[in-house]
Amino acid sequence: MAHRWKNNLTRADATPEGVWLNRRQVLAGMAGSGAIGAGLIGSQARAEALEPNSWEDITQYNNFYEFGTGKQDPSQNAGALTTSPWTVKIDGLVDRPGDYDFAEIMKEMTVEERIYRFRCVEAWSMVIPWNGFELSDLLALAGVQENARYVAFETLVRPEEMHGQRFPTLDWPYVEGLRLDEAMHPLTIMATGLYGKPIPNQNGAPMRLVVPWKYGFKSIKSVVRITLTDSEPPTSWNKAIGREYGFYSNVNPTVDHPRWSQASERKVGGGLFARRIPTLMFNGYESEVASLYEGMDLRANF
Amino acid sequence: MLVDGINRGARRVPTWVVYLMFLIPVPVLLYKGINGGLGIDPVKSLEHELGEIALQLVIAGLCISPLRRLAGINLIKFRRTLGVLAFTYVALHLIVWAVLDVQSLERVWADIVKRPYITIGMAAFILMIPLAATSNNKAVRRLGAMWRKLHLLTYPMALLAGVHFIWLRKGLQLEPILYMLVICGLLGFRLLPKRQKVHASI
Repeated sequence: MAHRWKNNLTRADATPEGVWLNRRQVLAGMAGSGAIGAGLIGSQARAEALEPNSWEDITQYNNFYEFGTGKQDPSQNAGALTTSPWTVKIDGLVDRPGDYDFAEIMKEMTVEERIYRFRCVEAWSMVIPWNGFELSDLLALAGVQENARYVAFETLVRPEEMHGQRFPTLDWPYVEGLRLDEAMHPLTIMATGLYGKPIPNQNGAPMRLVVPWKYGFKSIKSVVRITLTDSEPPTSWNKAIGREYGFYSNVNPTVDHPRWSQASERKVGGGLFARRIPTLMFNGYESEVASLYEGMDLRANF
Repeated sequence: MLVDGINRGARRVPTWVVYLMFLIPVPVLLYKGINGGLGIDPVKSLEHELGEIALQLVIAGLCISPLRRLAGINLIKFRRTLGVLAFTYVALHLIVWAVLDVQSLERVWADIVKRPYITIGMAAFILMIPLAATSNNKAVRRLGAMWRKLHLLTYPMALLAGVHFIWLRKGLQLEPILYMLVICGLLGFRLLPKRQKVHASI
């Protein structure tokens, strides 16, 4: 079931991170020279908007409260995490429940590059070149039973290595969930790499969910358990503040967070004077996923 | 001994030295922001740093009278200085938020009206305006006893600022709660009957 979706942000956009900085500097230099026509500037601005963030942006600006609530805490503290050996328990409504060794899983999976937009609920965004496999392939390994409706996910709890877990910022373990059709969607992947390298601990090593049309907190990191269920599983942010964070949490510029607007976002990495950009419905994946929510009131099911 | 030393030293330090010292972070932060020294998201860092310094200055101002009552340290001549500095940082915090973060007057207004934590932050700023406007010697003389009463607005302002900080974070976080506890402690101290406090400290 791999290769069911092709990047619309192409390989040409994913410049290796070393070259990337130089290219941005060149672009900035050209724009500053003022010697080019307005039309050209416009198309460059668009290209810039789709340009993947640098390795530094992606790996040093993280929300991973298991390692602290500051954006730089995860990159500073996640080094303590042991990710090998790593097993993922897959249980619930599956034919072959059990502990799946991460290395064994990787032997079975086809890893692809997926360049996705990433939109945080805090109204900042990035473009990230993930490497990973489709979640549906992993679920097929365990055999999803007919009466399964939802998929529940759980992050590792290990306070001695995950210092943020010593404080009850959230009710640990971090848990998330998807409807089964969302989980089976070709856009939904388990990411195991970034820019072709193994995914760093602060980004959710060794394996994290990526659901690009939902706010970032849905894309749970360092997953140790996947449970197929017949009822909607609890999710961490919804448990903490249900009024602000719904089960679906689809990116939607027309439904504001109670405390801030979701109509626009700042793409981080653009420096002090970067312009805000409009947020796209389903984070730009409307044609791929809107059908999943046909007939649903997205204001009520936020 | 130490207290006398501090009080003697404080008398000799002109307030402009304190202004200058506490304004150093402004050019430093701006320089770092422009040159990539404020991390991946310099807008948020700058906004947050300025707001946090402002809150620290408010707290420092609230410490002045307890310091005198409890320890006999007299820094009262710097209290207005700290207040004006706090106002300066809040104004810069507001400008960075409006110009670099939100980027449109329409959205600034929408945020003030619709987002409670911003409404509260703005209310705290508005409470500071009459305080800043009457922070010169002439106003102190002209207002007389009214000046002291007017400047009690500092108390609700500090509480609003503390709530603003707690409320803007995702989830309930430790740092803003610690700030709020300190503010509540300093305000609570003022509710204690004065006599009793003197006896207790002897």
